[in-house]
Amino acid sequence: MNKLKALLGWVDDRFPLTANWKAHMSEYYAPKNFNFWYFFGSLALLILVMQIVTGILLTMHYKPDASQAFASVEYIMRDVPWGWLIRYMHSTGASLFFVVVYLHMFRGLIYGSYRKPRELLWLFGMLIYLCLMAEAFFGYLLPWGQMSYWGAQVIVNLFGAIPFIGPDLSLWIRGDYVVSDATLNRFFAFHVIAVPLVLLGLVAAHLLALHEVGSNNPDGIEIKKKKDPKTGIPLDGIAFYPYYVVKDIVGVVVFLMVFSAIVFFAPEMGGYFLEHNNFVPADPLKTPLHIAPVWYFTPFYSILRAVPPLFNSQFPGVMAMGLSTMIFFLLPWLDRGAVKSIRYRGPIYKTALALFVVAFLILGYLGTEPTNVWGQFGSWLGGAERATVAARVFTIIYFLFFLLMPWYTKIDKTKPEPERVTS
Amino acid sequence: MKKFLLVLLFAPLAAFASGEELKLDSANIDPHDAISIQRGARTFVNYCLNCHAASSMRYNRLTDLGLTEQQIKDNLLFASEKVGDPMTISANRKDQKLWFGVEPPDLSVVARSRGTDWLYTYLRTFYRDETRPTGWNNLAFPNVGMPHALWQLQGVQVMKTESEEHDGQKTEHRKLVLQHPGSLSAIEYDKLTRDLVNFLSYLGEPEKSRRSQIGVVVLFFLLLLLVPAWLLKKEYWNDVH
Repeated sequence: MNKLKALLGWVDDRFPLTANWKAHMSEYYAPKNFNFWYFFGSLALLILVMQIVTGILLTMHYKPDASQAFASVEYIMRDVPWGWLIRYMHSTGASLFFVVVYLHMFRGLIYGSYRKPRELLWLFGMLIYLCLMAEAFFGYLLPWGQMSYWGAQVIVNLFGAIPFIGPDLSLWIRGDYVVSDATLNRFFAFHVIAVPLVLLGLVAAHLLALHEVGSNNPDGIEIKKKKDPKTGIPLDGIAFYPYYVVKDIVGVVVFLMVFSAIVFFAPEMGGYFLEHNNFVPADPLKTPLHIAPVWYFTPFYSILRAVPPLFNSQFPGVMAMGLSTMIFFLLPWLDRGAVKSIRYRGPIYKTALALFVVAFLILGYLGTEPTNVWGQFGSWLGGAERATVAARVFTIIYFLFFLLMPWYTKIDKTKPEPERVTS
Repeated sequence: MKKFLLVLLFAPLAAFASGEELKLDSANIDPHDAISIQRGARTFVNYCLNCHAASSMRYNRLTDLGLTEQQIKDNLLFASEKVGDPMTISANRKDQKLWFGVEPPDLSVVARSRGTDWLYTYLRTFYRDETRPTGWNNLAFPNVGMPHALWQLQGVQVMKTESEEHDGQKTEHRKLVLQHPGSLSAIEYDKLTRDLVNFLSYLGEPEKSRRSQIGVVVLFFLLLLLVPAWLLKKEYWNDVH
């Protein structure tokens, strides 16, 4: 034991091991009133690690070559020992990463976690989200199925809608006139090294920013305002280690149960996690009738389809889709509410948030379906497609949630915040 | 005559109104029935594997189904393949394209893209159509390039269109009628295609049945792990007030 202590002392003289452990674990004080919504940060970190480990194992057998990619995935599924498990963990992990990140972001919305002094923390988080979307997009091409291929074709063509530079830009991204072997190779490089490197750096920045300002909590009040005069520890704070470590372990086990249930019993999730059409090898000459992105992109895809073209250009739709993700960056400055947490917000904010969630979910659903899914209106509306009209209405609601926020949060009747955290 | 009556009895199964989407018949396969999958493998090797490959699948993988390597060699290998070889074909892809208009797709994961109900319906709804180059058409896959490879077993079906007036609304029903019975009765043919689809489903993901078995163990373990995890949390959090 003494020898171990000596070793630790030797290390500490040369590297801030104990100091870091204290700063980020045993003496990082988090509010004691975390609820269900606070599991998803640590779960996102867990999935990130799982995706990296399973991803490394997959690259050992996967072939980033247009003529071999599809078959190499099936080779992993059949001939590589436990390859099917690794592959399903990776594909399920991708979808659950988005489930967890969406819930994590929703937590930020309802408790105002993006507000001062956590603006940078939110921005880092948003950058992580953008990276994650890029990572998912690049990774989805790799199995080289029909949906991989045509999904990539559609998304790369979006850049082609940008005025003047568009066509050259999309050619530059693809490295060819159509999605091809050159595209597959560069997407592989982006997926396995470029984006993950950036992602890891951003996650570190996200955590450093969090530990600098301290965690928000369901009451949206600052625990650092009320400290024990002697120890300087927040009265409502408890050490991350051991309290939240043991709590998060429970969350991890429950999450792994959901995760395993999908991996072992329904890895395709009825075509939502692994699309049926992606079991057909990519064919540049055969466009599928209905191209749908994987579920986590569908709200934005709906917005893209909802915006009508202008002067024969799809650019407005592309802009709207881009804005619909980018607008989250502005949240810290759009929200002028007197309180942070939904617990003390007034009816206007609650209604606005509810409408936004409904809009997001319906847009997400519509993005998985062809635009004629709900049929057409009668001649009184010019026979317009019902789903397209609905998508337009909900796209407007989606944007109004953000654009009107400075006003409705300001005039909203808020309740007074408590002095100390409630349970 | 009895056989013919049975055929008539089952023929309406394939009937549907025009304009409507084809209603798929339920394949109703039992993935745990290894004998059915074995029979399907035999049909597959005899009838499909000449034009279609299943190049992701190795012959000796069929030991999953309780076959020995010797049995696989004796019954399923015709040419000079080795038992560890994948199920490839020697047909020339260019010739095939010339004959059928398309290259017959690899069937390794066809059950995962098409679904078993579709395959079951497809294999049973070929009919004579002299306007097609091969003389065959299909309800599930209109203008399909493939001729009816199993026609000697099923017999020859033709399409009958019936107009029906109901409350002034005219609907057209198209249905398939057996013109010349094949060597199998309709029931036997359904069973054969069901076994074949069962095999294709297995072929799409040979690990499937083992996957769910392992899943039960994993979930049971996690459920057990939840108990100490929960107790640990409770114990530590006793002093948080």
